[in-house]
Amino acid sequence: MTDQLVIGGHPFNSRFILGSGKFSLEIVKAVVENGGAEIVTLALRRANLGGEENILDYIPSNIRLLPNTSGARTAEEAVKIARLAREINCGNFIKVEVIRDSKYLFPDNYETIKATEILAKDGFVVMPYMYPDLNVARDLVNAGAAAVMPLAAPIGSNKGLSTRDFIEILVNEIAVPIIVDAGIGRPSQACEAMEMGVDAVMCNTAVATAKNIPLMAKAFGQAIESGRNAYLAGLGRVLTEAEASSPLTGFLED
Amino acid sequence: MRVNGKEMTLGNSQSLLQFLEVNLFDVTTLAVARNGEIVPKATYDVVMLDEEDTLEVVRFVGGG
Repeated sequence: MTDQLVIGGHPFNSRFILGSGKFSLEIVKAVVENGGAEIVTLALRRANLGGEENILDYIPSNIRLLPNTSGARTAEEAVKIARLAREINCGNFIKVEVIRDSKYLFPDNYETIKATEILAKDGFVVMPYMYPDLNVARDLVNAGAAAVMPLAAPIGSNKGLSTRDFIEILVNEIAVPIIVDAGIGRPSQACEAMEMGVDAVMCNTAVATAKNIPLMAKAFGQAIESGRNAYLAGLGRVLTEAEASSPLTGFLED
Repeated sequence: MRVNGKEMTLGNSQSLLQFLEVNLFDVTTLAVARNGEIVPKATYDVVMLDEEDTLEVVRFVGGG
């Protein structure tokens, strides 16, 4: 049985999307491989004069690159960053992030919808980072989003699935892939999201702030796969009282 | 000329490609906006720079 994640017509076997921030270039390859990730996010920043190490040299060539528009405060800035990223010839996937709030780093859903519409029309596979709101998710889909990326908790917080109930509504109502992004702190939380039926989980800080980063990547990869299998298997029912697991007949004293 | 927020003197007449190579930028893995407009990579060798230009030269770094 093939169970692939399909984003904008592109199939993926892994449901673990890895953020590449906060750890050294030397271990990027090990982290990607240990986690089994097939999509890795990147940011676009000013280059320095005089040459410098290039993160692209450390990412295996079979990986789909997902540049983000971090740093954008408006739809217009996000569109510009996306078009610059595409000029580097690394594909047409883009994670739209529009953030005006520096304390919680919450996405500006309104500007995100505007950027999504422009970029989708321009041929991008648009994956917007969003606050989990059903109306916004519908607007994003109508604007051409190939997936939606609702936050679990503030970026980098490792707080876990704070928005669980609202993400579950998106799972039930939205047809494009739902990718939980931001705030997941433990593999068990990633697993829980996958059990709930989200299509993929993105992690960065939870991996990057572990003591053993490659091993934590592996743990997340396993948890995400486990949660997916549990979702496909269908979770068992919940009772309020006990129900014996062993037969209630043929006791030795009968 | 202003490059990534810093003042630089252009000196001789140079194409964008020459400027990037002289300053050891890795042309294959960057993108350039000139005066706010994205410069298509195929035109780097014919875009002649001006002392009044503002360039943004960007590349990928780690990020979520």
